[in-house]
Order: sequence, then C-alpha cells, then structure tokens
Amino acid sequence: MSSIRNFTLNFGPQHPSAHGVLRLIVELDGEVVQRCDPHIGLLHRATEKLAETKPYNQSIGYMDRLDYVSMMCNEHGYVLAIEKLLGVTPPIRAQYIRVMFDEITRILNHLLWLGAHALDLGAMALFLYCFREREDLLDCYEAVSGARMHATYYRPGGVYRDLPNKMPQYEASEWHNKSDVTRLNRAREGSLLDFIEDFSKRFPALVDEYETLLTDNRIWKQRTVGIGVVTPARALQLGFTGPMLRGSGIEWDLRKKQPYAVYDKLDFDIPIGINGDCYDRYLVRMEELRQSNRIITQCVEWLKKNPGPVAIDNHKIVAPKREEMKGNMESLIHHFKLFSEGYCVPEGESYAAVEHPKGEFGVYLISDGANKPYRVKIRPAGFSHLAALDEMCRGHMLADLVAVLSSQDIVFGEIDR
Amino acid sequence: MTDIASLTEGIKADFETLIERVDLVNSELTVIVPAKHIRQVCLMLRDQKQYHFDMLIDICGVDYLHYGKSEWETNQATRYGFERGVKRLGTEPPAFDLAAVTDSPLQRFAVVYHLLSIKHNHRIRLRTFLNDNPPVVDSVQDIWKSADWFEREAFDLYGILFDGHADLRRILTDYGFIGHPFRKDFPLSGHVEVRYDKDQERVIYEPVDIEPRVLTPKIIRSNKHPDPSVEKKNV
Repeated sequence: MSSIRNFTLNFGPQHPSAHGVLRLIVELDGEVVQRCDPHIGLLHRATEKLAETKPYNQSIGYMDRLDYVSMMCNEHGYVLAIEKLLGVTPPIRAQYIRVMFDEITRILNHLLWLGAHALDLGAMALFLYCFREREDLLDCYEAVSGARMHATYYRPGGVYRDLPNKMPQYEASEWHNKSDVTRLNRAREGSLLDFIEDFSKRFPALVDEYETLLTDNRIWKQRTVGIGVVTPARALQLGFTGPMLRGSGIEWDLRKKQPYAVYDKLDFDIPIGINGDCYDRYLVRMEELRQSNRIITQCVEWLKKNPGPVAIDNHKIVAPKREEMKGNMESLIHHFKLFSEGYCVPEGESYAAVEHPKGEFGVYLISDGANKPYRVKIRPAGFSHLAALDEMCRGHMLADLVAVLSSQDIVFGEIDR
Repeated sequence: MTDIASLTEGIKADFETLIERVDLVNSELTVIVPAKHIRQVCLMLRDQKQYHFDMLIDICGVDYLHYGKSEWETNQATRYGFERGVKRLGTEPPAFDLAAVTDSPLQRFAVVYHLLSIKHNHRIRLRTFLNDNPPVVDSVQDIWKSADWFEREAFDLYGILFDGHADLRRILTDYGFIGHPFRKDFPLSGHVEVRYDKDQERVIYEPVDIEPRVLTPKIIRSNKHPDPSVEKKNV
C-alpha cells in the first residue's frame, strides 16, 4: 500500500498576495496547512549598515523607504531618536505638524491595507475606493515636501518647512476637461490646511462607504471571523504591537501610554478587539481610520490658529534658510558644513518608539560622538508579526493563510530593511 | 507609568549579584548583564510581579570594533566653531586584536535586549558583552517567543551564536551567503556580486569590482555637542 505524504508548496516570492517578496514554504495535508516557513530577506538592503556610513541627516530618506506605505511615521521614529541624543525639542508647531502627518500617514497605510486585504479575499471594488482617497492624501505629501511618497520631511529639530499657503491645482489637459478640473480643484482653492480640513469632513462618510461593503458582508465574515485567532497572552509572547495587539484585546497604544510629540494634548480613543481574529483586526483598523481623522481635525484647528517657527533656531543642527545662506557668510558655512559633514551627536544611546500604523516602530541609536551613527537598529513592527505566521496558520486552510497574512499588514520594506 | 527612578533602585537591589552596572540616562534604563547570567535575569524580569516584562521588543547585535575611532584627525579652528580636518587616518582601521581588549570593559560584540512591560508601562534595556570567539550567548527564545527571529537576525548579521535556539538559520541574507555583513570589518560593498552569464546560461557570482571608499569621513569632535549651550545644560 502506498503511503500518503504531506505536500510541500512553494508560495512566492512573486505572488500578488505575498505582499511584496515573501517566500513561504508551506507543508500541506490536503488543503490544511501543517507548517509554514517564511523565507524573508529578498528585499534586504542593509539600511542599518548604510546609515552607519552616512551623517545622521542623510539617512532620513532611507527611513521613508523602510515601510514605504507609512513614510513619515518611520521618519518620526528616527528623528525622535536623534533629538533624544541631542537633547533638543522641536517647536510646538512642528510637533503638531508631525502629529497631523503621522495621522495622515496612518490613514494612507490603513487604506492601502484595506484595499489589498479586500483584494486578497476577493473584493475587487474596495481597492479602487481606497486608492481614490489615497490620491488626495498623497497630494498633501506632495504639497508639503515635493514628493508624493518619500518625503524626507521631518528633520531633527523640526520639519523641513512650514505648510504651504497654496495647494497645487489640476490643469485642463487631454485627460481632464474643464468641468472635471473645476470639480477636482474645488477643495484646492485655499491653503493645504483648508484642503486637509475638507478631506477630514468628507472622510467619515467614505469610511461608512467601505464599511457598507464589508462589515456585514456575509462572504467577508466567512473569510475572516474565527481565522487566525491569537489570544492576548500569545500576542504578548509573540511580540505583537499595534493593531495586531489591540485586535487581541490588549489596550496598548504608545500614543496614549507613552505619548510623544503632542498626542497627550489631543482627544482620541483607542479601539480594541475581543476575539483576536482577522475580523477584529479589521474592525480595529477601521475604527483607527475614524480616530486618525479626529486627530487630524484637531491638529488643523490648532495649526490654523497658531503660526510660529517649525524648526529650532540652531544652525548647527537645522540648516539656515536659503535666503540667509545666500547673503550671510556665517550661514553659508553652516549650510556647507551641515550638508557635507553633518553634526556630531554626543556619545550615548537612545531608543525612540512611535506608534506606527503597523505597531511599534523603534529606532535604537548608538553614537560614539561622531557625525555618523555608530549603530542604528530599526525595530520593525511587522517582523514579529510575520514571525508568528506559522503559529497563526497551523490547522487553517491554504486560502486562510492569505487572509491571515494580509491581516498582519505586512510590508517588506520594513521587515527586510 | 512606574517611576523610572524607583525601578532603577529596585533593579539595583534585587539583581545586585547578577548584574554589572545600571545606568539611567535620558530616563532610559540600561543594565549591563554578564553573558552567563542573561537567562536568569531575563526570567526574573519576566516573572517577578514588580517587573513583569511580558514583552521582548527587540534584540540587537552590536560590533564595537571601530567604536570611538575617527577616520580623520581634527584640529580646533575657533573656540565654538567647527574644527578642521587635518590628517586623514588610514582608510583601513587596524585589525581587531581580541586579546588586547578582553581586559578593557568594552568588548567586541554585544547583544542588546529591549524589554517592555505592558502592565507597568516601563521599559528596560539589557546589554551583554561577549568575548568568546565565536561570540556565544544563551538563547531567550523559550522565555519570549518573539526572540526567535531577532536572534536569527543577530546570528545572520553578526555571527553571534545563541545557545539553545531551536532553529538558528540565516534570515535576511541570501541563500548560501558567506560572512556576517554587519560586522564592522565587512566592507559596505560586500565581497561578491551577481550577474547573468550568457554563455553558462545561469546567474554567477564574481568578486565585487567596486573599490571601497568613504564618502563622508567619520569625525569625532572634541566639542561633543553641536550646540555649546545645550552641552552646558546637560552637564
């Protein structure tokens, strides 16, 4: 009699639901997953080693490229770690701007996650809905930093520049006729803050729209309820953070528990799940979309009322204004030194963690007093989540593996670094 | 949040025989633990009620080979201004002599653990220096499951061995990779590059043809803080 053996399946690295370049070796008994072994590192670029060979400020751009769907949150973790070592605090307006953009980033991230998650589970339409809103937010990125994704906007000591008074507008072209352009430019007549305000007014209704499609959808629930359940105790053991931890019912959010920037001055709630399955993680993230919107509204209100500096006035750390640089010898020297040699950071070490859309994003810096960091360790949120994939998938069907994987909100830029 | 000062005092009292040093800088608590006690300290930190570090946030390998070594020698130019780079030191820093440093407090490799207690809302950092060759430390994988991949990463990038780890494989580098790329004596450009060879009809490995170079030299200035006023405040 011939014996029955388990089937070993190679999944990825080029597979649409592998969320980038994940390679999984899945051992299957029929359609049931017995074991899965993620092979990561296909996107490893040695960001940390590169950062060790460059002055501090030149690595901010690398941070954008870690988790390339929540760019500014990564920057925030990195600049906080540097600021801690330097002993400087950015002006309050810069902190509000950072919080506002952190939350815009959270919405950006969750929208991409929602679209991709739904797409993985067979709901095509939502992807298009989500990208419609992402477009507006990416325009905010562009207006403030000049780049739609890799902004390099946060700098140690503040942010690169103040919010612009004008929002870029669409022009009539082959693809957009006059009436289209008028409609598209409706919210773009005023400043960036007006545009964001308009967005935050529109956004709750849009989240309702997504929820109509999914939350009570029978197929959606069949695919997510009871799938990939993680108990609170296991979630802690496995090092879960962010929505993964909250989905398992643990009330933990760095914005509330260890507040940084101005989160302690803002009013928002932390949603938590009950069952720790894919559906609860979905619900947590949906509520986070609404809460982020609430934070944005408060930031816009404050920023409109309180003009002020957006970076500290210390040209050893923050570059002087271009106008000054052109007319003043001292400023020219500062400018040149900052962009060639950089600044030396006092000897010591610091760990700064931010509540990144995916969980705790931490940057551990060791400085030996030089102009380059001695060691940069990035603590990616998704790393511990993906490490738990094996445990979360055992005993589930192969199709559920995809649901679990995408409910973890995996991005390889940060996992592989 | 538990008061970090009282946590420091508690740790000093409870772990007196097990730890080397406790530092509290910038309200971050760092404890230096000898490698032979790391498991015991970790277990106590996790299980004792007053600490309750239920989460391992991160494990990080560090190579102290070039710590505190500049690539340029500098001279003070003005009292507060920038200094001048005057002499370029050798691009290849001196080879590491393990025997010479075993007596000094700074050893070549270290493993740094970041722990977090959800219950008490406090953090702690443990650092353990390793002076064996190859560096070995006990695994904490069975204390916190999340250590699994972090230890694999430290092994992959630094060649630190974790005794008792169930599955210590490479994780981030390529299949068949040789060496430990984050060690300070491993060149940034690596040793090999790959390309597709038409004649052999496969991807081949070749020695890398990039000359290693330093774009911005590392400089340690005597006035440690960029802003003298801040430096005075901190002292």
